[in-house]
Amino acid sequence: MIKAILIFNNHGKPRLSKFYEHYNEDTEQQIIRETFHLVSKRDENVCNFLEGGMLIGGSDYKLIYRHYATLYFVFCVDSSESELGILDLIQVFVETLDKCFENVCELDLIFHVDKVHNILAEMVMGGMVLETNMNEIITQVDAQNKMEKSEVTSVLA
Amino acid sequence: MALKIVKGSIDRMFDKNLQDLVRGIRNHKEDEAKYISTCIDEIKQELKQDNIAVKANAVCKLTYLQMLGYDVSWAAFNIVEVMSSSKFTYKRIGYLAASQCFHESTDVIMLTTNQIRKDLSSPNQYDTGVALTGLSCFVTPDLARDLANDIMTLMSHTKPYIRKKAVLIMYKVFLKYPESLRPAFPRLKEKLEDPDPGVQSAAVNVICELARRNPKNYLSLAPLFFKLMTSSTNNWVLIKIIKLFGALTPLEPRLGKKLIEPLTNLIHSTSAMSLLYECVNTVIAVLISLSSGMPNHSASIQLCVQKLRILIEDSDQNLKYLGLLAMSKILKTHPKSVQSHKDLILQCLDDKDESIRLRALDLLYGMVSKKNLMEIVKKLMLHVDKAEGTTYRDELLTKIIDICSQSNYQYITNFEWYISILVELTRLEGTRHGHLIASQMLDVAIRVKAIRVFAVAQMATLLDNAHLLTGNVQRKGICEVLYAAAWICGEFSEHLDNPTQTLEAMLRPKVATLPGHIQAVYVQNAAKLFATVLKSQEGNTDSTAAQETSQLMIDRLPLFVQSANLEVQERASCILQLVKYIQKLQQKDVEIAEEVIALFAGELNPVAPKAQKKVPVPEGLDLDAWINEPPSESESEDEQPRAIFAKEEPKHSRPRHTEVDEKELAKRREARKQEQANNPFYIKSSPSSQKVYQEAPGVEHIPVVQIDLSVPLKVPGLPMSDQYVKLEEERRQKDRADKKKKEKKKRKEKRSGRGKRHDSGPESEEDITPAHMVDIVTEEMPENALPSDDDDKDPNDPHKALDIDLDKPLADSEKLPVRSHRAAEVLKSPAQDGDAESAASQEPKKKSSKEKREKKKDKDRDRKKSKEDKKKKKKHKHEEKGEDLLGGQAEEPVVQSEATSEVAAPPTSTTAEVSDLDFWLSNAPVPSNTQEAATVVAAAEAAPTSEVASGTAPDSEPDEPKDTETEETKSSKHKKKKQKKEKEEKEKKKKKKHHHHHHHSDGGGEESVQNGTVEEEEPLPPMSNYCLLAENSYIKMVNDIQGNLQDGSQVVVSVIFENKCDSFLKSMEFNVLDSLNSKLQRPEGSGPHDGLTVPFQLPPGVSNEARFVFTMQSIITPQKLKGTLTFIVKNEDSSTHEKLDFKLHFTCTSYLISTPCYSDAFAKLLESGDLKCSSVKLEGVVMPFHHLLARICFRHHFSVVERIDSCASMYSRSIQDHHVCLLVKTSGQTVSIDAKCDEPTLLGNVLDEIKQTFSQC
Repeated sequence: MIKAILIFNNHGKPRLSKFYEHYNEDTEQQIIRETFHLVSKRDENVCNFLEGGMLIGGSDYKLIYRHYATLYFVFCVDSSESELGILDLIQVFVETLDKCFENVCELDLIFHVDKVHNILAEMVMGGMVLETNMNEIITQVDAQNKMEKSEVTSVLA
Repeated sequence: MALKIVKGSIDRMFDKNLQDLVRGIRNHKEDEAKYISTCIDEIKQELKQDNIAVKANAVCKLTYLQMLGYDVSWAAFNIVEVMSSSKFTYKRIGYLAASQCFHESTDVIMLTTNQIRKDLSSPNQYDTGVALTGLSCFVTPDLARDLANDIMTLMSHTKPYIRKKAVLIMYKVFLKYPESLRPAFPRLKEKLEDPDPGVQSAAVNVICELARRNPKNYLSLAPLFFKLMTSSTNNWVLIKIIKLFGALTPLEPRLGKKLIEPLTNLIHSTSAMSLLYECVNTVIAVLISLSSGMPNHSASIQLCVQKLRILIEDSDQNLKYLGLLAMSKILKTHPKSVQSHKDLILQCLDDKDESIRLRALDLLYGMVSKKNLMEIVKKLMLHVDKAEGTTYRDELLTKIIDICSQSNYQYITNFEWYISILVELTRLEGTRHGHLIASQMLDVAIRVKAIRVFAVAQMATLLDNAHLLTGNVQRKGICEVLYAAAWICGEFSEHLDNPTQTLEAMLRPKVATLPGHIQAVYVQNAAKLFATVLKSQEGNTDSTAAQETSQLMIDRLPLFVQSANLEVQERASCILQLVKYIQKLQQKDVEIAEEVIALFAGELNPVAPKAQKKVPVPEGLDLDAWINEPPSESESEDEQPRAIFAKEEPKHSRPRHTEVDEKELAKRREARKQEQANNPFYIKSSPSSQKVYQEAPGVEHIPVVQIDLSVPLKVPGLPMSDQYVKLEEERRQKDRADKKKKEKKKRKEKRSGRGKRHDSGPESEEDITPAHMVDIVTEEMPENALPSDDDDKDPNDPHKALDIDLDKPLADSEKLPVRSHRAAEVLKSPAQDGDAESAASQEPKKKSSKEKREKKKDKDRDRKKSKEDKKKKKKHKHEEKGEDLLGGQAEEPVVQSEATSEVAAPPTSTTAEVSDLDFWLSNAPVPSNTQEAATVVAAAEAAPTSEVASGTAPDSEPDEPKDTETEETKSSKHKKKKQKKEKEEKEKKKKKKHHHHHHHSDGGGEESVQNGTVEEEEPLPPMSNYCLLAENSYIKMVNDIQGNLQDGSQVVVSVIFENKCDSFLKSMEFNVLDSLNSKLQRPEGSGPHDGLTVPFQLPPGVSNEARFVFTMQSIITPQKLKGTLTFIVKNEDSSTHEKLDFKLHFTCTSYLISTPCYSDAFAKLLESGDLKCSSVKLEGVVMPFHHLLARICFRHHFSVVERIDSCASMYSRSIQDHHVCLLVKTSGQTVSIDAKCDEPTLLGNVLDEIKQTFSQC
């Protein structure tokens, strides 16, 4: 199970937070801060797995993260997930974002967090991996966007 | 109206959208909070408007603000409004907002139930999808209960997109509403074989998640998962399955044996690191589960360790980390194979990556031995000095303590050394683990009697230098150590060299700055010390020394009497008064020391942490019974306060007391004594009271600490310390002369408290080993209590509720709640029908009391409904027959069968279940012809016994919905009629590896003709359905074809590939030329002429099985398909492409699926007149009749309905639901078969095939 998915930048500003378990807003912010603190002090060439983090998880949970340019993608997962599998999943996620936004950069995530959520929803549902095939994800996302577009134009027409 | 919409959208243009909000926030970096609060005000205005577009825009912005940490729960109702918009665009925004901020205590969730239900059944798949996604985040127990049935319907949706989401969300539903698990499980299981890989993956995901928490309930799925593992090419699915097997193998070691080979193949063949790693992990789990009796798996261990070493040595830190992680698992059972890589692991301790260092530390835990403990700890102590961060240092500290204290200090040969280490650790700055060190000190001092002298000396030094520990504010945590020091010095004060000095140190004014609980221990133990000092001084002729000591106490204690801490105050004033009284007596020259000592006499024994929980409830004591009747509810409110202060009301208890006679009283007294004896917390402090208990009859129940007397700890006449020295000397005498010197030096070092730094090599440590200079006192536990009982499961774990036996048939109360006016819709799903119907006949499972209540209520309604169900179902063509049978009968046996099976069924159904799994497990991992056939025979012989044993219970495991239905309806009848069952059928079906439903083991107590006779008759000849497909010098292919009952147009061809040459065979591709009627199922995206890659490679001499699915249109005639297998033969130096042509022969038999049928159902079928007749005569058959039947059953997928002497009726069903009935008669060497079937062409072909079978033999 995935407990949370967080994206924040090099300064710890949250760009997306998806918790699959309920926390109140303050705890969520604390978790983001703590996670950022843990992740950001790590060198570039150390492993991508991290134990600990008092607020989220416990002994069964791990933080698995990847650092792309200005952004950290962090998944908090329990032992039922394959560590390397989740790393691949992050890669798929980022590649999907890249396809959907055409050369994704931090600004895309800043201004279109709702779209990022929609893409993520096609990959992970309720903390469980739903789809790992990038083409399938993009097909579904595109189809929904098309539907949205048709609705908007019909309103304006 | 249209105008309004247009107006709304124009309004909207002037509102801020999400992008504007983000931009605004970025432009107001200085006063962000203020800016956002004005934005929130705007949003509130927007939410008040009627226009849904404006509202949706506002909600979208709120979702963003929620991420920044703003509470938006006040807008929950508006979110619901947006969710219920008919436009997908807005709906999606609403559901996203809801998924981000709704949770169980959001009250508006109640309002969403109908909206969500509507969205779930929306014709637009994306509406449904969005609702499912949202629901997965905020599902509550209420929503789960109300929507479970709707979601279950969606699991069979036509769109795979919806199916996979519905399957996945079921896990959340199960968690919130555990009652839904059993009704939904059959369909979930069915989804494991969904044609869409996404849906399949989702089902695997859910079942793995369920099984991870309660693996034993899912053991029966092992064959299915095994099949998926060997056929799936999706790495995600494979990883999940392999992880699941890792959880299952500890429960069933035989499963492990079966897994080793395919897993090893995968390890060799896969290029995906993630998959390789999980395979290694599971192989490790298998090896652990096998570790007991299987020494010959060392090759596998070596393979794993080798692969892991490669990972650890990799430059990729991730692989290094995972390698270490997996290594620590091997360590637990095969420490030897890991220990040889000690160099590598110690090297990792120096890694710059903290995660890796921590993992390496974990490994050290298992790598220590008596030999290398000191060496390793020394290295760790060096790291402690070097470590920068406190977190890592604290981790090191706990690890050192863990390593040393593991399994009862097993590896510590020298406790003086250990105490020195602990003392050294107290010098760490800023550690949080003072209490950990303290508890270790206490534990060692209490349990290792021989070390007390040394420990007390060290502790006295600590107390003397207490200012070093407390001086710095940073060292707050460490002063806990003083707690232990003070207690040890007080409790074992007889070992102190200079008790007066220690007493002085404990009464220093500085002590008052310590935390209260430590001061309290100081005061209490000062009193103990005082007693010791007094005793030593009273012996002297000069009494002034003793009086001085009393004066010291009287001078210093008032400081503590003034303490703000209540406990310190209380103890201090109590002891002060005592000392004052003693002083008075001393002035009168009274010898008082003995009496003061008596205050603290008696040994304190260590008590195991779980001891309290383990104290057994004595016989005759009912903890739930009231001691005094509770006051009646009416008076409770007014009288409660009075009752607390007033004396116990006699009127409640009196009458009960009078009823108790003398005998009863004696019995109770006895019980109480027993209880006290068993209770480690019952204080037996004074020697006199202990004596009383020794005389009491319950004395043998007092837990007696086992002391290993191979080391005589107490030699009369010698004080403890002398004994310790003597032991040391004795040991040294045994040492070789050259080591003597070294040893002595070391001992001296230790005496001075720096034992850790001795530089003697590991050899000398080994010499210490046999000395056993210490004996560890075990912790006290009540008798018969096992410390290892796994009673530490978290009772709040939501998965505990999901620990449900899934193999038991469904009971009538186990239905998902359905809204009544939707009942008709529900009926469309076959599984639902099955559930409803099975309800009529199966025993109820254990239910929560709540459920029981519900059941009562629902029962009538349910029955009425199931009656309706049945009527409606008649419309289903293929179910017609089963329906007629059921007609009026199903209602009546309900009560009866329920009653009988409730008692008899549970144990038996599991027996049958287990025996099926047993069979699968006992099967060879890669069945070759002879092997398989042999096991079949073995099972056939074993079958009768298990049949009888399994009694009346219908076998469980509802495999396919249609099937369970017919099966179960019949079973109710079945019990009544007490029919016989065929063992051949069992044999055959098992052979099919659970691909199909289960037989009903019956026997019902009466001697079944079949079972009785079979044992006398000679065993069946070996049989196998695998026939040769093609063969050349490289490879041999044999195949078997089975119909797929779930899909009337599918058959599964299982092909065993056997490598016959000395080379490696790889890149095998299986291809056939499709005909109009039959097609090979290829993965999506591949062309109609592409071959299928065989998902494994074959090392020399190895065989493995792959399955291929074919789609058939018509099944009434046999067909042949031409095909080719291409593969690469890889030698050391060369590789060549080879191919092998084959002809795949689909006989009509392969479309038949053996289905149980009962004689009355069979009779009805024959009478119905829909069937066409045909017959055939076989001459010269010389085999016994039961062999003949077995052969028909086995080769042609029939089951015996009834057998009377030399005549038997048999039944089978095709995958497209044609009924085939046979009447087989034998006289002499002639066998005549009369057959009926609703499809004459099919029948003709089947008969031809039967004829051919017998002409061959």
